Amino acid sequence: MSKLNSNIPEGNLSEKWTKYRSSVPLVNPANKRNLEVIVVGSGLAGAAAAATLAELGYKVKCFCFQDSPRRAHSIAAQGGINAAKNYQNDGDSTYRLFYDTIKGGDYRAREANVHRLAEVSTNIIDQAVAQGVPLAREYGGLLSNRSFGGTQVQRTFYAAGQTGQQLLLGAYSALERQVGMGTVQMFSRHEMLEVVVIDGKARGIIARDLISGKLERHFGHAVLLCSGGYGNVFYLSTNAMGSNVTAAWKAHKKGAFFGNPCFTQIHPTCIPVSGDHQSKLTLMSESLRNDGRIWVPKKKGDDRKPNDIPEEERDYYLERRYPAFGNLVPRDVASRAAKERCDAGYGVGASKMAVYLDFAFNMDRYGRVEANKRGLQNPDAATIRALGKDVVKEKYGNLFDMYQQITGENPYETPMRIYPAVHYTMGGLWVDYNLMTTVPGLYALGEANFSDHGANRLGASALMQGLADGYFVIPYTIGSYLSNEIRTKNISTEHEAFAEAEKEVQERLNKFLNIKGTKSVDYFHKRLGKIMWDKCGMARNEQGLKEAISEIRELKAEFWNDVRVLGALDEFNPELEKAGRVADFIELGELMCIDALNRNESCGGHFREEYQTEEGEANRDDEKYAYVAAWEYKGEEARFELHKEELKFEAIKIAQRSYK
Amino acid sequence: MSGNMNLTLKIWRQKNGNVQGELVTYPVKNISPDMSFLEMFDVLNEQLISEGKEPIAFDHDCREGICGMCSMFINGRAHGPKEGVTTCQLHMRSFKDGDTIVVEPWRATAFPVVKDLVVDRSAFDRVIAAGGFISANTGNSQDANALPISKFNADTAFDAAACIGCGACVATCKNASAMLFVSAKVSQLALLPQGQPERYRRVQSMVAQMDSEGFGNCTNTGACEAECPKGISISNIARMNRDYFAAKICKEEEVN
Ligand SMILES: Cc1cc2nc3c(=O)[nH]c(=O)nc-3n(C[C@H](O)[C@H](O)[C@H](O)COP(=O)(O)OP(=O)(O)OC[C@H]3O[C@@H](n4cnc5c(N)ncnc54)[C@H](O)[C@@H]3O)c2cc1C
Ligand code: FES
Repeated sequence: MSKLNSNIPEGNLSEKWTKYRSSVPLVNPANKRNLEVIVVGSGLAGAAAAATLAELGYKVKCFCFQDSPRRAHSIAAQGGINAAKNYQNDGDSTYRLFYDTIKGGDYRAREANVHRLAEVSTNIIDQAVAQGVPLAREYGGLLSNRSFGGTQVQRTFYAAGQTGQQLLLGAYSALERQVGMGTVQMFSRHEMLEVVVIDGKARGIIARDLISGKLERHFGHAVLLCSGGYGNVFYLSTNAMGSNVTAAWKAHKKGAFFGNPCFTQIHPTCIPVSGDHQSKLTLMSESLRNDGRIWVPKKKGDDRKPNDIPEEERDYYLERRYPAFGNLVPRDVASRAAKERCDAGYGVGASKMAVYLDFAFNMDRYGRVEANKRGLQNPDAATIRALGKDVVKEKYGNLFDMYQQITGENPYETPMRIYPAVHYTMGGLWVDYNLMTTVPGLYALGEANFSDHGANRLGASALMQGLADGYFVIPYTIGSYLSNEIRTKNISTEHEAFAEAEKEVQERLNKFLNIKGTKSVDYFHKRLGKIMWDKCGMARNEQGLKEAISEIRELKAEFWNDVRVLGALDEFNPELEKAGRVADFIELGELMCIDALNRNESCGGHFREEYQTEEGEANRDDEKYAYVAAWEYKGEEARFELHKEELKFEAIKIAQRSYK
Repeated sequence: MSGNMNLTLKIWRQKNGNVQGELVTYPVKNISPDMSFLEMFDVLNEQLISEGKEPIAFDHDCREGICGMCSMFINGRAHGPKEGVTTCQLHMRSFKDGDTIVVEPWRATAFPVVKDLVVDRSAFDRVIAAGGFISANTGNSQDANALPISKFNADTAFDAAACIGCGACVATCKNASAMLFVSAKVSQLALLPQGQPERYRRVQSMVAQMDSEGFGNCTNTGACEAECPKGISISNIARMNRDYFAAKICKEEEVN
């Protein structure tokens, strides 16, 4: 316990950040030029951090495994980004965004970090617009907003269904500008495979050039991991195929504690699984719940086509159970409600593991507004629907196209079929207020860290957090560490710590190639995914988790005996890359189950079947579990030790979460 | 769930950039029409691994048409037969049982082959680094609503900004020109008030970098627009040319 110091500044919650920011030690410009920072990752967090640190004068090296930094997984974010601008004059404020985030996270996040996030949220929008990010606008020329789950204000900024793409391209352009000026050295198609720690401080990384296959040593006065989330531990998720935990896991094994690993977000609206060949799941943005109503038939096993089921025979179960928030309840609540209906036999579609997301009602509502605007007298139903369809198309056209591509069905004519899928990981490397892990000089930003979202993340808050960390937090907080490093000369990569780390990596890679087993990497990944989804997914219980732990250990042994990785070390070898990632996922999977087993309560995305109210809502235990579980790696034998960071709620009265 | 389509694939295999490549024929069986094209490749790769043969290297990541990583030239067309989609969004229902499908990498001097179907597109990054940005350091911005932008301009800029940088335009163009890609970024920023101060410098430096990367000239065939999975319009090229010539004819101060 004593090992964790969250370094939260003293003072009033709403003044902590302002005061801290103006008192944190500075590094003068001449010294900045001599300090090198390694940034692993070029998503929103990494690109924003790399660009900003370079603007400030630091020497930056940035790494990503894709062929271009612009392809980081942030590019896929669809729906939007939150900011407490209160442009809609609907009562939003920094406090309200802070409050919604703490409550949405089911009171398992750190107040000071979340308040800071809410404070800087507005600067992000200003910065993005200054970079030329084309966010959606109204006819008056001002920015447009929409609603997301778990809030009652409109604070989400967006760019059609491509918000992540546009924000990332903004950050990427800032990054490339620095690359052009020579202040950032970009290493694309490079994968970081080890952290180098010297005298207890992070001093560099070992990376593999994925094209030549060569291992490289890179020194840095500080190392920032901005390597994204680990949802792919479930094999099927909405994450990109390459998303992985490797960077974070290597850091964990070198001493960085892992925070709340079991907190996984299952997103309620994804396209359902269609068969065994499936390689990934596709999200249908939460923004669709602004205009789509979720329902199932009232009758079990009703096989009629959705449009043939009359209004009174439909169960709009979210509106029924949660009248105050309706279709816009937070994700964990919406996902569990969908699972509950399907498990009870009311599911739809061929697999019966789906519910409807229906736009007809709102298409007609918009259609009538449009008809009025055009002065049409008594328009017929078809005209209304056509006008409404255009409105919906403008808002979500690309998502509707994507749905039709994948399912072969036209969502303008028939409701979408959706089901929950793994989407985001709230857990990640434990960090203090400065975003530093338990290894001095090693930082974690964006989805890779555990902070800010507690046990459940609200929609449109990950983009906000990634950019907040990268643009507005780390550039200040890193000063508190680097100001003490100005006398540290660059350490030669001939240092024995570098040589040793490289040797470890080399041996491990050789090992993969030399097992020469019978099963592909994907075979093991799929098996791991199934264990995790069945036993550490949307619902968990003691027995299942115990089984999962022993099954994962067996799977690990089998993997290291029987995996088949073809090709060579010194060439472009995607199978070898995958093998390393899956080996790390297997170890992480075990820790996730251990964490889920330890947490004898239900909160946010962590639903333990033993701990629920009579109405089936999550039953939190604040007496015993109002803490962050930070796990320390203790080696193959002793495994993991739990450390607790107690969460103190000073500004918010901790209460049962209700969306009724 | 496996399906009932049997196909013959002819796939470009090339060990690395220094050796010659060739088309190799592979039969695949029991393909479901619901599979995506890349999932069909997953099936083939599993099959190759079980036979002890090296799987085919291909680029992919998001598998939902947004990252721009996937890049296959399928039966003579970038991203295959369907319009408005990337390779990862192409589904096997677009093919018939018994079809022969030829798959090659993007071909362009500026995009050398790395391995099999994987090419090096870093030239695009260098073009952006040459000027595809607005110079606004973090923290230098005013309130986002202080600068109203007409919805029309914002939407048109967004349409240009929807480019995913996949390189299909280059692969399709008989001259391997990158004009569609470059003009999309130039247009996006030229349409916005924030982009004005650097407007003419930007177009000149981006075009200069594009030329030095070895991309070909544009001869207005329009093939790029037809194959672009994101429907980027060639009107962007016209807009870029106007700015480029304005910048060249007048001195920078005058055009500004
Ligand atoms: C489909 C989808 C839609 C979403 N929509 C929204 C939304 O509308 N709003 C919202 O707020 N959030 C959304 N999210 C969540 C949000 O997109 C992510 O949480 C966020 O973008 C993560 O950003 P990041 O910078 O932390 O990591 P990423 O963008 O994942 O970037 C990770 C980077 O790390 C690099 N990397 C990883 N490992 C290594 C390694 N070992 N070596 C070298 N490089 C490495 C990668 O190359 C990449 O550059 C969505 C997520 C998904 C999956
Ligand atoms: S894999 Fe991302 S666009 Fe195809």
